[in-house]
Amino acid sequence: MNPFSLVGKTILVTGASSGIGRAIAICCSQMGANLVITGRNETRLLETFLLLEGTEHQQICANLTNSSELEKLIECLPKLDGIVNNAGIAKPLVLQLTEQKDVDEIMQINALVPINLTRLVLQNKKLNKGASLVFISSINGNNCAYIGSSIYAASKSALTGFMKAVALELAPRGIRANCINPGMIETNLLKSGSIGEDELEKDRLKYPLKRYGKPVEVANAAVYLLSDATQWVTGSNLLIDGGYTLQ
Amino acid sequence: MDANEFIKNFAAQFDDTDASEFTLETRFRELDEWSSLNALAILNMISKKYSVVLKPEEMKPTNTVQELFDLVQSKLN
Ligand SMILES: NC(=O)c1ccc[n+]([C@@H]2O[C@H](COP(=O)([O-])OP(=O)(O)OC[C@H]3O[C@@H](n4cnc5c(N)ncnc54)[C@H](OP(=O)(O)O)[C@@H]3O)[C@@H](O)[C@H]2O)c1
Repeated sequence: MNPFSLVGKTILVTGASSGIGRAIAICCSQMGANLVITGRNETRLLETFLLLEGTEHQQICANLTNSSELEKLIECLPKLDGIVNNAGIAKPLVLQLTEQKDVDEIMQINALVPINLTRLVLQNKKLNKGASLVFISSINGNNCAYIGSSIYAASKSALTGFMKAVALELAPRGIRANCINPGMIETNLLKSGSIGEDELEKDRLKYPLKRYGKPVEVANAAVYLLSDATQWVTGSNLLIDGGYTLQ
Repeated sequence: MDANEFIKNFAAQFDDTDASEFTLETRFRELDEWSSLNALAILNMISKKYSVVLKPEEMKPTNTVQELFDLVQSKLN
């Protein structure tokens, strides 16, 4: 038996319409899981859906920062063996020019949505015993920081604190909670901001392994944490950064 | 778009250089305190105050406040 098999597990992946979330959904399906995938963009969510292996999957389009859409999603959910809280945004912005609405926007999707989603699945009894909760955090805010990312860093370290207390509270039910802290990963998120292509190229060379990560490299880590291989792993931050924070 | 207003908004992104030193001719990349932080702050300022989202590549060739002003202006037209 492959220790990383996800056969028989039902897993919810948020932000599955793009980048890391899409790779996680595909990888989990290849390992035998039944997926519930969610995202905002219907077309790109469907693209992911069509890339999934197997047939027992479900897709639900939702803007998770809209509380009624979040609650509707919770209602539609089957009993889950795993959740990957991945939906998030990055917005390079110096604090000096940050407005309350920027703070709200970033904290909402990056921190409050994963917190409330976890709370709601628990309260609605959607989690099976032994379920695995995975939060896609970041090195930013946990292992290092960047200029123009104060709110993003705050949102990602909030996830770490939340994950740790949840890991403790849910341990009696065998439910585990862990974060993944990726360094820069080649996705559209990199293009959302104020970093130019030649700056990106310079930044890639700051990584001891001389490149950014690939979405599938984060997906493999998610599979690991969702699988029974990690039944004794809870409360951890798994660093996936090509050695960046060693220096 | 008002040039004086632009100079004021531009100057506000610097700490050590006195606001009165800034003109349209200022070669901002040559200022002692110029750094990637100012560059990001200026992109953020242009996006907030003028609703123009510049790519860093687009800002790169500009050296004077005038050149940047013209670039933003061209995006507004
Ligand atoms: N890329 C990196 O370098 C990196 C590094 C460390 C951590 N991360 C984290 O990894 C996660 C995924 O990032 P990515 O690089 O894959 O970014 P991405 O390609 O931009 O994907 C972000 C995903 O989040 C979804 N999303 C955003 N706001 C949402 C909302 N209000 N409701 C529902 N879904 C929403 C998007 O849905 P739609 O596209 O459908 O709107 C999309 O599926 C994020 O949490 C990010 O902070 C990324």
